[in-house]
Amino acid sequence: MKPFDYLRAENTAAACHAGAGRGAAFIAGGTNLLDLMKLEVMAPGKLVDVTRLGLDRIEEEAGGLRIGATVPNSDLAADTRIRRDWPVLSRALLAGASGQLRNKATTGGNLLQRTRCPYFYDTDTPCNKRTPGEGCAALGGETRNHAILGTSEHCIALHPSDMAVALRALDAQVEVQSPEGNRRAYDMDNFYCLPGDTPHIETMLEPGDLVTSVFLPAPKGDRQVYRKVRDRASYAFALVSIAAVIRMEGGRIAHAAIGFGGLAPQPWRDIEVDATLTGTTPSAALFDKVADILLQGAETHGGDDFKIPLVRRLLPAVLEEATA
Amino acid sequence: MQITLTINGADHTLDLDPRVTLLDALRDHLGLTGSRKGCDQGQCGACTVLVNGRRINSCLSLAVMHEGDAITTVEGLSDGALSPLQQAFIEHDGFQCGYCTPGQICSATAMLDELAAGWPSHVSPSLDGPCELTEAELAERMSGNLCRCSCYPGINAAIRDAKGHQA
Ligand SMILES: Cc1cc2nc3c(=O)[nH]c(=O)nc-3n(C[C@H](O)[C@H](O)[C@H](O)COP(=O)(O)OP(=O)(O)OC[C@H]3O[C@@H](n4cnc5c(N)ncnc54)[C@H](O)[C@@H]3O)c2cc1C
Ligand code: SF4
Ligand code: FES
Ligand code: FES
Repeated sequence: MKPFDYLRAENTAAACHAGAGRGAAFIAGGTNLLDLMKLEVMAPGKLVDVTRLGLDRIEEEAGGLRIGATVPNSDLAADTRIRRDWPVLSRALLAGASGQLRNKATTGGNLLQRTRCPYFYDTDTPCNKRTPGEGCAALGGETRNHAILGTSEHCIALHPSDMAVALRALDAQVEVQSPEGNRRAYDMDNFYCLPGDTPHIETMLEPGDLVTSVFLPAPKGDRQVYRKVRDRASYAFALVSIAAVIRMEGGRIAHAAIGFGGLAPQPWRDIEVDATLTGTTPSAALFDKVADILLQGAETHGGDDFKIPLVRRLLPAVLEEATA
Repeated sequence: MQITLTINGADHTLDLDPRVTLLDALRDHLGLTGSRKGCDQGQCGACTVLVNGRRINSCLSLAVMHEGDAITTVEGLSDGALSPLQQAFIEHDGFQCGYCTPGQICSATAMLDELAAGWPSHVSPSLDGPCELTEAELAERMSGNLCRCSCYPGINAAIRDAKGHQA
């Protein structure tokens, strides 16, 4: 690990100020950052500890919940309000990592965890995300864990979070504080950037921008399902995952928001999928049709070819469960 | 950096490079070698310790971030007599080489508390409980601890036995 200075920030303003310095990075649970720092994939010269800023509370607000950025994933999953009204979020969190990791992993850190592309981790291979302009070793390489939607010729890495997939289906917002002291919020739809020719830029955050909380609006659907398919039964990242938030009225789908993991460089959602489902009566034909819509334009790379038939089976199964 | 860590109830003041993980501080600076280094990347659970009663992977945490926390290692679970879980691991042959054992025992100690607090798991049929410690629940809740010798039958029997004592 490269040497770094450590600073325990006393308040959010001090954290943002220090985080804006050249080579500085925030550290929360450390479960992703330290892993990457050991391999020198990331080598910040200064670590700003954000775990003692009082951002560890979950508070009721406007019919929804405001979740502090450093609330551990385990507390969030176990919160009785989340379990009752936003169960898809509990389920997504519980499907991720292990009991130990969830105790350290935070809301903000989970959103901002980096890809698990093996070439990103291997500093002996070229990677545009690690070193812009170097090339992409995944193209033509081992691609079992890569994205098939939203990629570019420069990067096909996927976003590995389970939690973020549920948050996207729940229309959550990410609140950010800037070094100038301004607060702003992003819809999950606008928080992440597609790789394009700048795969090293993953979110709208600028240096020193601190994620302070995530706002969960009142749930728009009471039928919530999270399904994750992976290579082993537990303690593994998703090959494909789906979060469905649905409300039924008189046998018809009145609200549909479907989030997808394991398919794209960001927790994915397709407005055409949601729109096609909304207002209709559930049927096998409808579910196949939305799978077609989702996968139009999908590009696979050999190792990830299996994701197409997997999604074609998983999506109808999830929708069937959520609309039954 | 000078820091004070509270481990198994005693304060230790150390002069540490900020790069030192909690695991390396325990093993290399304090001689508490019960916590093991398997993978050093959060994938095996051998380094599991309790921080304020919660299980974490000490290999993925910086020592300097733990000032003021109450840290418990496997060495701190027994006060003279072995804890019920430690005793049960012996009785049920919950190990072969023993490398994963301290992590298993620390992890199971906190896991039983999570269960008692009504925390659901990925395999819980309902998020509202009650949570029975079925085979599936046990496997899921302990999935963060790998055993290379595959002593899972003994480990599971030991955890069940200790839970029985606790109830
Ligand atoms: C073995 C293993 C298995 C895993 N399996 C899964 C899985 O199945 N599903 C899953 O979803 N995840 C999984 N994870 C990933 C885990 O969820 C993440 O490592 C964790 O959520 C990151 O949170 P953290 O608080 O530890 O982040 P950190 O490591 O502290 O930080 C991650 C990044 O976020 C930045 N950051 C942190 N907080 C803030 C903030 N408030 N504002 C701005 N920037 C911030 C940091 O600078 C850093 O770049 C796994 C991890 C491991 C090691
Ligand atoms: S897919 Fe992206 S992260 Fe992986 S090697 Fe290519 S550029 Fe790097
Ligand atoms: S050594 Fe920490 S999880 Fe393997
Ligand atoms: S007893 Fe050998 S690794 Fe578990």
